[in-house]
Amino acid sequence: MGLSAIAVLGVARPGVIAEVTSAFTRHGANIEDSAMTLLGGHMAMMMLVSGQVPPASAFPGLTVTAAEVGSCRDHDREGGLGYVLTVHGPDRPGIVSSVSEAFTEVSGIITSMTTRLYGSLYVLIADVWLPAKVDVAALMRRLAAVGAGLGCAVTFRPAEAEVL
Amino acid sequence: MCGTAMCGTAHARLDGVLAGGVSRELIGAPHPVLTTQTLPVDAADPLVVAGAADLLATMRRSHRCTGLSAPQIGLGWRLLSLDVSRHPRTRSCAGELVVANPRLVAASRWERVREGCLSVPGLTGEVSRATRITVRGEHPGSGTPVTVHADAFEARCLQHQLDHLDGVLFLDRVVGARAVHRTGRGSGATGDMTSYARVFRYV
Repeated sequence: MGLSAIAVLGVARPGVIAEVTSAFTRHGANIEDSAMTLLGGHMAMMMLVSGQVPPASAFPGLTVTAAEVGSCRDHDREGGLGYVLTVHGPDRPGIVSSVSEAFTEVSGIITSMTTRLYGSLYVLIADVWLPAKVDVAALMRRLAAVGAGLGCAVTFRPAEAEVL
Repeated sequence: MCGTAMCGTAHARLDGVLAGGVSRELIGAPHPVLTTQTLPVDAADPLVVAGAADLLATMRRSHRCTGLSAPQIGLGWRLLSLDVSRHPRTRSCAGELVVANPRLVAASRWERVREGCLSVPGLTGEVSRATRITVRGEHPGSGTPVTVHADAFEARCLQHQLDHLDGVLFLDRVVGARAVHRTGRGSGATGDMTSYARVFRYV
Protein backbone atom coordinates (compact mmCIF):
# COMPACT_ATOMS: atom_id res chain seq x y z
CA MET A 1 0.00 0.00 0.00
CA GLY A 2 1.26 3.50 -0.81
CA LEU A 3 1.76 6.11 1.84
CA SER A 4 0.45 9.66 1.44
CA ALA A 5 1.03 12.82 3.44
CA ILE A 6 -2.20 14.80 3.65
CA ALA A 7 -2.95 18.22 5.09
CA VAL A 8 -6.53 19.36 5.68
CA LEU A 9 -7.49 22.93 6.53
CA GLY A 10 -10.98 24.19 7.22
CA VAL A 11 -13.26 26.13 9.48
CA ALA A 12 -13.54 24.58 12.92
CA ARG A 13 -17.11 23.39 13.36
CA PRO A 14 -18.88 20.41 14.91
CA GLY A 15 -18.49 17.29 12.82
CA VAL A 16 -15.61 18.33 10.61
CA ILE A 17 -13.18 15.71 11.98
CA ALA A 18 -15.81 13.00 11.64
CA GLU A 19 -16.37 14.01 8.02
CA VAL A 20 -12.67 13.93 7.19
CA THR A 21 -11.90 10.65 8.88
CA SER A 22 -15.00 8.86 7.62
CA ALA A 23 -14.02 9.78 4.06
CA PHE A 24 -10.81 7.81 4.54
CA THR A 25 -12.69 4.93 6.12
CA ARG A 26 -15.15 4.73 3.23
CA HIS A 27 -12.28 4.48 0.76
CA GLY A 28 -10.46 1.84 2.74
CA ALA A 29 -7.57 4.10 3.68
CA ASN A 30 -5.90 3.91 7.07
CA ILE A 31 -4.82 6.97 9.04
CA GLU A 32 -1.45 6.20 10.61
CA ASP A 33 0.37 9.10 12.30
CA SER A 34 -1.79 12.20 12.59
CA ALA A 35 -1.99 15.50 14.41
CA MET A 36 -4.89 17.90 14.58
CA THR A 37 -5.14 21.27 16.21
CA LEU A 38 -7.04 24.52 16.06
CA LEU A 39 -5.05 27.44 14.70
CA GLY A 40 -7.18 30.37 15.71
CA GLY A 41 -10.60 29.28 14.54
CA HIS A 42 -9.22 27.07 11.81
CA MET A 43 -9.01 23.30 11.95
CA ALA A 44 -5.65 22.00 10.75
CA MET A 45 -5.00 18.29 10.40
CA MET A 46 -1.94 16.48 9.10
CA MET A 47 -1.90 12.78 8.41
CA LEU A 48 0.14 9.95 7.04
CA VAL A 49 -2.38 7.72 5.29
CA SER A 50 -1.84 4.30 3.80
CA GLY A 51 -4.04 2.97 1.06
CA GLN A 52 -6.26 4.68 -1.47
CA VAL A 53 -6.59 8.43 -0.97
CA PRO A 54 -10.22 9.60 -1.42
CA PRO A 55 -11.01 11.90 -4.32
CA ALA A 56 -11.13 15.63 -3.76
CA SER A 57 -14.91 15.61 -3.84
CA ALA A 58 -14.89 13.66 -0.58
CA PHE A 59 -13.83 16.81 1.32
CA PRO A 60 -16.37 19.51 0.46
CA GLY A 61 -15.52 22.93 1.83
CA LEU A 62 -12.05 21.95 2.95
CA THR A 63 -8.62 22.79 1.62
CA VAL A 64 -6.76 19.54 1.11
CA THR A 65 -3.26 18.86 -0.14
CA ALA A 66 -1.83 15.40 -0.61
CA ALA A 67 1.49 13.99 -1.69
CA GLU A 68 2.76 10.46 -2.09
CA VAL A 69 5.67 9.79 0.20
CA GLY A 70 8.07 6.91 0.53
CA SER A 71 8.60 5.14 3.80
CA CYS A 72 11.00 7.24 5.82
CA ARG A 73 13.19 5.95 8.57
CA ASP A 74 12.91 8.07 11.68
CA HIS A 75 16.06 10.02 12.47
CA ASP A 76 18.33 7.97 14.68
CA ARG A 77 17.75 9.22 18.22
CA GLU A 78 19.57 6.53 20.15
CA GLY A 79 21.36 7.83 23.21
CA GLY A 80 20.07 11.37 23.18
CA LEU A 81 17.71 13.04 25.60
CA GLY A 82 14.38 14.85 25.33
CA TYR A 83 13.84 18.39 26.61
CA VAL A 84 11.02 20.91 26.72
CA LEU A 85 11.57 24.51 25.70
CA THR A 86 9.32 27.41 26.66
CA VAL A 87 9.75 30.90 25.24
CA HIS A 88 7.32 33.70 26.08
CA GLY A 89 7.40 37.42 25.66
CA PRO A 90 6.20 40.29 23.51
CA ASP A 91 5.29 39.27 19.99
CA ARG A 92 7.92 40.16 17.41
CA PRO A 93 9.26 38.67 14.19
CA GLY A 94 12.03 36.09 14.39
CA ILE A 95 11.33 34.34 17.69
CA VAL A 96 10.86 30.86 16.22
CA SER A 97 13.70 31.13 13.73
CA SER A 98 16.17 32.51 16.27
CA VAL A 99 15.43 29.79 18.77
CA SER A 100 15.38 26.96 16.24
CA GLU A 101 18.77 28.05 14.86
CA ALA A 102 20.27 27.47 18.29
CA PHE A 103 19.18 23.84 18.09
CA THR A 104 20.35 23.44 14.51
CA GLU A 105 23.86 24.48 15.61
CA VAL A 106 24.04 21.44 17.93
CA SER A 107 22.21 19.01 15.61
CA GLY A 108 19.17 19.06 17.89
CA ILE A 109 15.75 18.20 16.51
CA ILE A 110 12.48 19.93 17.32
CA THR A 111 10.06 16.99 17.43
CA SER A 112 6.92 18.93 18.27
CA MET A 113 6.12 22.61 18.55
CA THR A 114 3.18 24.80 19.48
CA THR A 115 3.07 28.57 19.23
CA ARG A 116 0.26 30.74 20.55
CA LEU A 117 -0.35 34.44 20.20
CA TYR A 118 -2.71 35.98 22.71
CA GLY A 119 -2.88 39.75 22.62
CA SER A 120 0.73 40.86 22.63
CA LEU A 121 1.93 37.69 24.38
CA TYR A 122 3.73 35.20 22.17
CA VAL A 123 4.28 31.70 23.54
CA LEU A 124 6.43 28.96 22.01
CA ILE A 125 6.65 25.51 23.53
CA ALA A 126 8.70 22.81 21.84
CA ASP A 127 9.77 19.26 22.47
CA VAL A 128 13.42 18.97 21.57
CA TRP A 129 15.74 16.00 21.17
CA LEU A 130 19.45 16.54 21.68
CA PRO A 131 22.30 14.14 20.86
CA ALA A 132 24.12 12.84 23.91
CA LYS A 133 27.30 14.72 22.99
CA VAL A 134 25.68 18.16 23.28
CA ASP A 135 26.97 20.50 25.98
CA VAL A 136 23.55 21.29 27.43
CA ALA A 137 24.86 24.00 29.78
CA ALA A 138 26.42 25.83 26.84
CA LEU A 139 23.22 25.45 24.86
CA MET A 140 21.22 26.88 27.76
CA ARG A 141 23.53 29.89 27.86
CA ARG A 142 23.05 30.31 24.12
CA LEU A 143 19.26 30.09 24.53
CA ALA A 144 19.34 32.60 27.38
CA ALA A 145 21.26 35.02 25.16
CA VAL A 146 18.80 34.49 22.31
CA GLY A 147 15.91 35.08 24.71
CA ALA A 148 17.51 38.24 26.11
CA GLY A 149 17.98 39.54 22.58
CA LEU A 150 14.32 38.94 21.85
CA GLY A 151 13.08 40.31 25.18
CA CYS A 152 11.64 36.87 25.96
CA ALA A 153 11.81 34.54 28.95
CA VAL A 154 13.30 31.15 28.08
CA THR A 155 12.98 27.94 30.07
CA PHE A 156 14.71 24.72 28.99
CA ARG A 157 14.25 21.59 31.04
CA PRO A 158 14.38 17.80 30.69
CA ALA A 159 11.18 16.24 29.44
CA GLU A 160 9.33 14.11 31.94
CA ALA A 161 9.39 10.49 30.92
CA GLU A 162 8.21 7.98 33.46
CA VAL A 163 8.66 4.54 31.98
CA LEU A 164 6.79 2.07 34.14
CA MET B 1 -6.65 16.12 55.10
CA CYS B 2 -4.15 18.83 55.79
CA GLY B 3 -4.50 21.79 58.09
CA THR B 4 -3.07 25.22 58.49
CA ALA B 5 -2.12 27.60 61.21
CA MET B 6 -5.01 29.85 60.21
CA CYS B 7 -8.54 28.55 60.16
CA GLY B 8 -11.82 29.88 61.38
CA THR B 9 -10.66 33.27 62.56
CA ALA B 10 -8.68 33.95 59.41
CA HIS B 11 -11.15 36.39 57.90
CA ALA B 12 -11.49 38.39 61.09
CA ARG B 13 -7.72 38.54 61.53
CA LEU B 14 -7.11 39.68 57.96
CA ASP B 15 -9.89 42.25 58.08
CA GLY B 16 -8.28 43.68 61.20
CA VAL B 17 -4.67 43.82 60.05
CA LEU B 18 -5.16 44.27 56.33
CA ALA B 19 -8.22 46.49 56.26
CA GLY B 20 -8.47 49.37 53.83
CA GLY B 21 -6.62 47.80 50.93
CA VAL B 22 -7.19 49.14 47.46
CA SER B 23 -7.92 46.83 44.56
CA ARG B 24 -5.23 47.24 41.92
CA GLU B 25 -5.15 46.49 38.23
CA LEU B 26 -3.92 43.01 37.39
CA ILE B 27 -0.68 42.88 35.42
CA GLY B 28 -0.80 40.63 32.37
CA ALA B 29 1.99 38.93 30.43
CA PRO B 30 4.15 39.96 28.75
CA HIS B 31 5.39 42.29 31.49
CA PRO B 32 8.88 42.30 33.02
CA VAL B 33 7.58 42.26 36.59
CA LEU B 34 6.11 38.79 35.91
CA THR B 35 9.47 37.34 34.87
CA THR B 36 11.60 38.91 37.59
CA GLN B 37 12.65 37.33 40.88
CA THR B 38 10.98 39.14 43.78
CA LEU B 39 12.71 40.45 46.90
CA PRO B 40 12.20 39.38 50.52
CA VAL B 41 10.29 41.89 52.63
CA ASP B 42 10.12 43.09 56.21
CA ALA B 43 6.70 41.72 57.10
CA ALA B 44 6.18 44.41 59.74
CA ASP B 45 6.98 47.30 57.41
CA PRO B 46 3.84 49.46 57.03
CA LEU B 47 4.48 49.70 53.27
CA VAL B 48 4.50 45.92 53.01
CA VAL B 49 1.34 45.69 55.13
CA ALA B 50 -0.33 48.19 52.80
CA GLY B 51 0.79 46.10 49.80
CA ALA B 52 -0.59 42.97 51.44
CA ALA B 53 -3.90 44.75 52.01
CA ASP B 54 -4.00 45.77 48.35
CA LEU B 55 -3.23 42.18 47.31
CA LEU B 56 -6.11 40.94 49.44
CA ALA B 57 -8.49 43.59 48.09
CA THR B 58 -7.53 42.73 44.52
CA MET B 59 -8.04 39.01 45.14
CA ARG B 60 -11.45 39.63 46.72
CA ARG B 61 -12.53 41.72 43.72
CA SER B 62 -12.47 38.77 41.32
CA HIS B 63 -14.86 35.93 42.03
CA ARG B 64 -12.72 33.54 39.95
CA CYS B 65 -9.51 34.39 41.77
CA THR B 66 -8.19 31.75 44.15
CA GLY B 67 -4.80 33.32 44.74
CA LEU B 68 -2.55 36.19 43.77
CA SER B 69 1.09 37.11 44.02
CA ALA B 70 2.56 40.57 44.53
CA PRO B 71 4.07 40.78 41.00
CA GLN B 72 0.57 40.43 39.57
CA ILE B 73 -0.29 43.82 41.07
CA GLY B 74 3.06 45.31 40.12
CA LEU B 75 5.01 44.73 43.36
CA GLY B 76 8.34 42.91 43.26
CA TRP B 77 7.94 41.52 46.77
CA ARG B 78 7.72 38.04 48.22
CA LEU B 79 4.07 38.25 49.14
CA LEU B 80 1.16 36.04 48.16
CA SER B 81 -2.54 35.71 48.93
CA LEU B 82 -4.79 32.69 48.77
CA ASP B 83 -8.43 31.73 49.17
CA VAL B 84 -9.52 28.42 47.64
CA SER B 85 -12.65 28.10 49.77
CA ARG B 86 -15.01 28.38 46.78
CA HIS B 87 -13.20 26.02 44.44
CA PRO B 88 -14.86 22.63 43.88
CA ARG B 89 -11.59 20.63 43.98
CA THR B 90 -10.54 22.09 47.32
CA ARG B 91 -9.73 19.70 50.18
CA SER B 92 -7.46 21.49 52.64
CA CYS B 93 -8.58 25.07 53.09
CA ALA B 94 -6.78 27.81 54.99
CA GLY B 95 -9.47 30.31 54.12
CA GLU B 96 -8.19 33.76 53.22
CA LEU B 97 -4.47 33.92 53.70
CA VAL B 98 -1.73 36.46 53.03
CA VAL B 99 1.84 35.27 53.55
CA ALA B 100 5.05 37.28 53.44
CA ASN B 101 8.34 35.63 52.48
CA PRO B 102 6.74 32.23 51.81
CA ARG B 103 9.01 29.29 51.08
CA LEU B 104 8.28 25.72 50.14
CA VAL B 105 9.78 23.37 52.72
CA ALA B 106 8.19 20.04 51.77
CA ALA B 107 6.50 18.62 48.68
CA SER B 108 5.33 15.17 47.65
CA ARG B 109 2.92 13.22 45.42
CA TRP B 110 3.16 14.94 42.06
CA GLU B 111 0.16 15.13 39.76
CA ARG B 112 -0.30 16.57 36.27
CA VAL B 113 -3.25 18.94 35.92
CA ARG B 114 -4.24 21.62 33.42
CA GLU B 115 -4.05 25.09 34.97
CA GLY B 116 -4.33 28.72 33.96
CA CYS B 117 -3.47 32.15 35.31
CA LEU B 118 -5.28 35.48 35.50
CA SER B 119 -2.10 37.10 34.19
CA VAL B 120 -2.02 34.79 31.16
CA PRO B 121 -5.62 34.96 29.97
CA GLY B 122 -6.70 32.75 27.11
CA LEU B 123 -4.18 29.96 27.65
CA THR B 124 -3.96 26.93 29.89
CA GLY B 125 -1.29 24.29 30.23
CA GLU B 126 -0.68 20.90 31.79
CA VAL B 127 1.67 21.30 34.73
CA SER B 128 3.03 18.72 37.14
CA ARG B 129 2.94 19.83 40.78
CA ALA B 130 3.06 18.31 44.24
CA THR B 131 -0.30 17.55 45.82
CA ARG B 132 0.98 17.71 49.38
CA ILE B 133 3.14 20.60 50.49
CA THR B 134 4.27 22.59 53.49
CA VAL B 135 4.91 26.31 53.17
CA ARG B 136 6.41 28.55 55.82
CA GLY B 137 6.34 32.32 55.95
CA GLU B 138 5.28 35.27 58.05
CA HIS B 139 2.08 37.16 58.75
CA PRO B 140 2.12 40.67 57.30
CA GLY B 141 1.96 43.14 60.17
CA SER B 142 2.96 41.04 63.13
CA GLY B 143 5.70 39.14 61.35
CA THR B 144 4.82 36.05 63.32
CA PRO B 145 5.69 32.74 61.65
CA VAL B 146 2.98 30.87 59.78
CA THR B 147 3.06 27.29 58.55
CA VAL B 148 0.60 26.03 55.95
CA HIS B 149 0.10 22.35 55.26
CA ALA B 150 -1.87 22.11 52.02
CA ASP B 151 -3.05 19.42 49.67
CA ALA B 152 -4.97 19.03 46.40
CA PHE B 153 -6.06 22.30 44.81
CA GLU B 154 -4.76 24.51 47.61
CA ALA B 155 -1.30 22.96 47.22
CA ARG B 156 -1.37 23.61 43.48
CA CYS B 157 -2.52 27.18 43.97
CA LEU B 158 0.21 27.88 46.52
CA GLN B 159 2.91 26.48 44.24
CA HIS B 160 1.56 28.55 41.33
CA GLN B 161 1.84 31.72 43.45
CA LEU B 162 5.29 30.72 44.75
CA ASP B 163 6.41 30.38 41.13
CA HIS B 164 5.24 33.94 40.46
CA LEU B 165 7.53 35.12 43.25
CA ASP B 166 10.43 33.52 41.38
CA GLY B 167 9.43 35.11 38.07
CA VAL B 168 8.12 31.80 36.75
CA LEU B 169 4.83 31.41 34.88
CA PHE B 170 2.97 28.14 34.43
CA LEU B 171 4.07 28.34 30.78
CA ASP B 172 7.61 27.66 32.02
CA ARG B 173 6.48 24.36 33.53
CA VAL B 174 4.19 23.04 30.80
CA VAL B 175 5.06 19.39 30.27
CA GLY B 176 5.34 19.41 26.49
CA ALA B 177 4.64 21.08 23.19
CA ARG B 178 1.14 19.62 22.97
CA ALA B 179 0.25 20.57 26.53
CA VAL B 180 -0.60 24.23 26.04
CA HIS B 181 -4.16 25.06 25.08
CA ARG B 182 -6.43 27.95 24.30
CA THR B 183 -9.32 28.40 26.69
CA GLY B 184 -11.73 29.24 23.90
CA ARG B 185 -12.41 32.70 25.25
CA GLY B 186 -11.31 35.52 22.98
CA SER B 187 -9.15 33.32 20.82
CA GLY B 188 -9.45 35.65 17.88
CA ALA B 189 -10.98 32.87 15.82
CA THR B 190 -12.54 34.13 12.64
CA GLY B 191 -14.32 30.99 11.51
CA ASP B 192 -15.01 32.61 8.20
CA MET B 193 -16.33 29.93 5.85
CA THR B 194 -16.00 32.21 2.83
CA SER B 195 -12.27 32.53 3.37
CA TYR B 196 -11.74 28.99 2.16
CA ALA B 197 -11.64 28.43 -1.53
CA ARG B 198 -12.51 24.89 -2.50
CA VAL B 199 -8.98 24.10 -3.46
CA PHE B 200 -7.83 20.53 -3.82
CA ARG B 201 -4.24 20.09 -4.73
CA TYR B 202 -2.96 16.58 -5.12
CA VAL B 203 0.71 17.02 -5.86
